[in-house]
Amino acid sequence: MTQSVIVQVGQCGNQIGCCFWDLALREHAAVNQAVLIDMEEGVVNEILQGPLRDVFDSKQLITDISGSGNNWAVGHKVFGSRYQEEILEKLRKSAEHCDCLQCFFVIHSMGGGTGSGLGTYLLKVLEDEFPEVYRFVTSVYPSGEDDVITSPYNSILAMKELNEHADCVLPIDNQSLFDIISKIDLVVNSGKLGTTIKPKSLVTSSAGTFKKWQEKPFDAMNNIVANLLLSLTSSARFEGSLNMDLNEISMNLVPFPQLHYLVSSLTPLYTLADVNVPPRRLDQMFSDAFSKDHQLIRADPKHSLYLACALMVRGNVQISDLRRNIERLKPSLQFVSWNQEGWKTSLCSVPPVGHSHSLLALANNTCVKPTFVELRERFLRLYKKKAHLHHYLQIEGMEESCFTEAESSLSALIREYNQLDATKSMPVEDLPRLSVAV
Amino acid sequence: MSIVTVQLGQCGNQIGFEVFDALFIDSHCPQRLSSKRENEAYQASCKERFFSEEENGVPIARAVLVDMEPKVINQTLSKAAQSGRWKYGQHSSFCQKQGSGNNWAYGYSVHGPRHEESIRNLIQKEVEKCDSLSGFFIIMSMAGGTGSGLGAFVTQNLQDQYSNSLKMNQIIWPYGTGEVIVQNYNSVLTLSHLYRSSDALLVHENDAVHKICAKLMNIKQISFSDINQVLAHQLGSVFQPTYSAEGSFHYRRNPLVLEAGKSKIRTPVDSASGDLMENLVPHPEFKMLGVRNIPQMSENSLAYSTFTWAGLLKHLRQMLISNAKMEEGIDWQIRPPLPGLPNLSKMSLNKELHFNTSIANLLILRGKDVHSADLEGFKDPALYTSWLEPVNAFNVWRTQRAFSKYEKSAALVSNSQFLVKPLDMIVGKAWNMFASKAYVHQYTKFGIEEEDFLDSFALLEQVVASYCTL
Repeated sequence: MTQSVIVQVGQCGNQIGCCFWDLALREHAAVNQAVLIDMEEGVVNEILQGPLRDVFDSKQLITDISGSGNNWAVGHKVFGSRYQEEILEKLRKSAEHCDCLQCFFVIHSMGGGTGSGLGTYLLKVLEDEFPEVYRFVTSVYPSGEDDVITSPYNSILAMKELNEHADCVLPIDNQSLFDIISKIDLVVNSGKLGTTIKPKSLVTSSAGTFKKWQEKPFDAMNNIVANLLLSLTSSARFEGSLNMDLNEISMNLVPFPQLHYLVSSLTPLYTLADVNVPPRRLDQMFSDAFSKDHQLIRADPKHSLYLACALMVRGNVQISDLRRNIERLKPSLQFVSWNQEGWKTSLCSVPPVGHSHSLLALANNTCVKPTFVELRERFLRLYKKKAHLHHYLQIEGMEESCFTEAESSLSALIREYNQLDATKSMPVEDLPRLSVAV
Repeated sequence: MSIVTVQLGQCGNQIGFEVFDALFIDSHCPQRLSSKRENEAYQASCKERFFSEEENGVPIARAVLVDMEPKVINQTLSKAAQSGRWKYGQHSSFCQKQGSGNNWAYGYSVHGPRHEESIRNLIQKEVEKCDSLSGFFIIMSMAGGTGSGLGAFVTQNLQDQYSNSLKMNQIIWPYGTGEVIVQNYNSVLTLSHLYRSSDALLVHENDAVHKICAKLMNIKQISFSDINQVLAHQLGSVFQPTYSAEGSFHYRRNPLVLEAGKSKIRTPVDSASGDLMENLVPHPEFKMLGVRNIPQMSENSLAYSTFTWAGLLKHLRQMLISNAKMEEGIDWQIRPPLPGLPNLSKMSLNKELHFNTSIANLLILRGKDVHSADLEGFKDPALYTSWLEPVNAFNVWRTQRAFSKYEKSAALVSNSQFLVKPLDMIVGKAWNMFASKAYVHQYTKFGIEEEDFLDSFALLEQVVASYCTL
C-alpha cells in the first residue's frame, strides 16, 4: 500500500486540509465500522495511530505565519529560507514513517502570501529532496472579485513555480465552488427532492450536521475540495475491479511535461435514499461531470479541446455502465487528433460516505486557458502601472526580472494551449505509416 | 504433465482466479452421461495438469501470482481460500507496493531487472513440484504497466531458462476505448517483444467477450467478473483433458502436444507425440491465435435448447470464415474462395474484410456422441493457405465427457487473419500519437527510447503485412 503526505500551507490550505482529514477519518471509520464521537485534535491523533496509519501517515501543519502580508516574495524568499530546515526535518520524518511514499499533496491558495509563496517554495524543496515522489498541487486561484489587490502578482509568480516543479496541478476557484453550493442550496430548499434526501449525504456537509452555508460558506466549499482529494486517492486505498493509482494519473493525463493542469468535476452533489439507482439516474451522473456547472474552476470543457480525460468511478458501477456512458458522451466532446480515444477509467468498489456511487472527472483540456489569460491580463494591468511593486522589490532576492520571467512562463503556456486550440476544427487525418517489405 | 501459470498484474490475477475456478468446478461436477470411471479419469487428468495436492486434500493451483501492488493479489488469494474448493500456494505470490503506473517502460526496465531473481525462484519452485512440465501459461493484459511490461520481461526470461517448454501467453486485448490512454503504446511494445520470445499468443479481446456477455448471456450490468468468467470458460473448453488416440479411457498426458504420426518428434519424454505449436504456429511470423466457442448462453436459455453436432459445427465454421467472434450476427454471405481462381478476397485493409483465411485450426469437441461429428467442413483446403496440407493444418481433439453445463460443445483455436484489423487499428493509433510525441517522455524517463518504439512499429507492420497477404 502506498502513502501520501499532505502539505497544507497558509490559511486557505489549512482550512481545506482540516476538512479533508475530517472526511478521511469518517470514510475510513465507515469502512472499518467504528464510531467517531469527537473530532478533537487529541482524538484525531489517536486515530491516526490506528487504522489510518496505513494510508495517511501524517499531516504536516505549517501554521499561518502572520506577517506575510499577502506578499509572495515574503512567503517564498523570506520564510522559505528561514523555515526550510525545520520544514525539511518534519517532511523527512513523515517520509520515514511511510512504508512506500508515493505522493505529496500540496494544498494552498495562489492569491495570498504564505500559501502562494511558501507553498511554491516547498515544491522545489520536495523536488530536490524526494525526486521520485509525485507532487500533486491543489491550487485555489483568485476569483474575479478577489479582495487582495496584489493577488495577480502572487498568482503569476506562483504559476511559474507550478509550471516548473509540479507534476500535476488541480486548479480550483472560489467562485465556482460557491456557485455549486448555491445550486445545491436552491434544489434542497425548493423541496424538489422531497423528504428522500439524506442530509448527511450531501457532499458539502461535515461532522454529520447539516450546515447552513449562508453562515459558513467556506466550510461547505472546502468540503468539496476535500472530497476531490479523497476521490483521487480512493482507488489507491480501496479495492475495485479496475484500480488506478496516483502514478497512473500523471502517466495518462500529462502528455507533455508542461501541460499538467487538470480541470476537475465531482458528481453527484446529492443523493437520494433509493439503493438501486435505475440506469437513467446513473447516466445523469456522467452527463453532469461534463457540464460547465460542475467544474471546480470556471471552464467549459465541452466547448474546448480535450487532450485526455480520466473518469474515476466509485461504488456500485460496472464496466458496462462506464462504457455505455463514454459511447454516449463521446460525440459531444472534442479530443485532440492524436488522442481520439483519450479515456482513462477506474472502478473502485467503495463509494464515499453517504453515497451509493460517485464520479470524479479529471480533464486535461484547453478550457483551462481562459483562467490563465485572465490572470495574465490582471497582472499586466497592475504591472504596467508598477503598482505595489516596491513591496516585492524591497525583499532580498527579488528583481523585476522575476516578474518578467514569470509572465513569459505563463505566456508560453498560453501559447501551447492556443496552438492546440488551433487544431480543433481540423479534420483528423491518418498519418502515412511505416512501409515494410513483404 | 503439468502447466504452470504465471498471473501478472490486476488483469492477469483476476482472470487467473476465474480460470482455475472454472477448471476445478467443471472437473468436479460429474457429468451424468459419463461413467464414474470416465469422470474420475477426467478429474485426475485435470488435477495433474493444473493443481498440485496438499496434505489436507485441498488442491493448490499450479500458479505464480505477480503484481507490483498488493491489493489485487490479496483479494485473489483470499477469494480462492474462501471458496473452500482449492487455493493458491502460501508462498506463490510476489508483490511490491507502488504498481507500474500504466507505464510499460517501468514494468519492463525497472521492475523486470529488479525483481528478476525473486520471480524466477518462485517459478522454479512451482516447476519443481511438477512431475513433468508441459509448459507455461502467462496471463497478462497489454494495456497497463505490469502485465504488459513486466509480462514481456518475464516471458523473455522463461524463453532463456526453459527453452524446451512451451510458452503460451494469454493476452487480453483492451477495449477500443476507455481503459488506459497509453494503451496503444503499451500494446505495441508488448506485442513486439512477445513476438520475439513467446511461442504463441492466444488473444482474448475485451470488446468481443463484452458482446458475448451482452448478447448471448443476457447480462444487464456487465462487470469485469462476468467478462473474466466467460474468458475462463473459453480457456477451459480448450485446455481441459481430451482423449489421446489410444482409446476412450485414456486422457492425453501432454495437453500441448498432438498425436503420433502428425508431425516430427519433439520431446524425448513422449516419443509417440508431436508438437502442437509446430502445427498451429508453423512459422514464427504468424503467432496470433484466437479462440471461439459454441454454444455460449445463459443458464436460463440453456434449459430450452438442444444441439446437434451438425448445427454447432456449421455455425462454428461460418464464424471462422466470416471472422465472427460469437454465434450471433454471423454473416452467412461470406464464402471461401473457389479453388483454382485467384484469391480475389485478398485482404485489403481499406475494404471490409471478407473471407478469413486460416493457417491452421484446432477443433476441440466435448460431449455426447462426439465421434459422430462430421468434420469435413473444416478440412476443406479452401479455408487454408497453401503452405500446409489440410491434414496438417487441421487437427481435432475429442472427449465424450461434456464440459461445464453444455451437453455438447465445441471450441476452435485458430491461427487466421482474425486479428489483422484490431492489430492494424492499435498500430495506427499508436503511430498517430507517436508522431506528435505525446507521452513519449514518460517512457524515455525509464530507458525506452524513440528507437525502441520505431523497432516495435516496424515489427508489427511486418506482421500485419504478412497476415494480409496470406
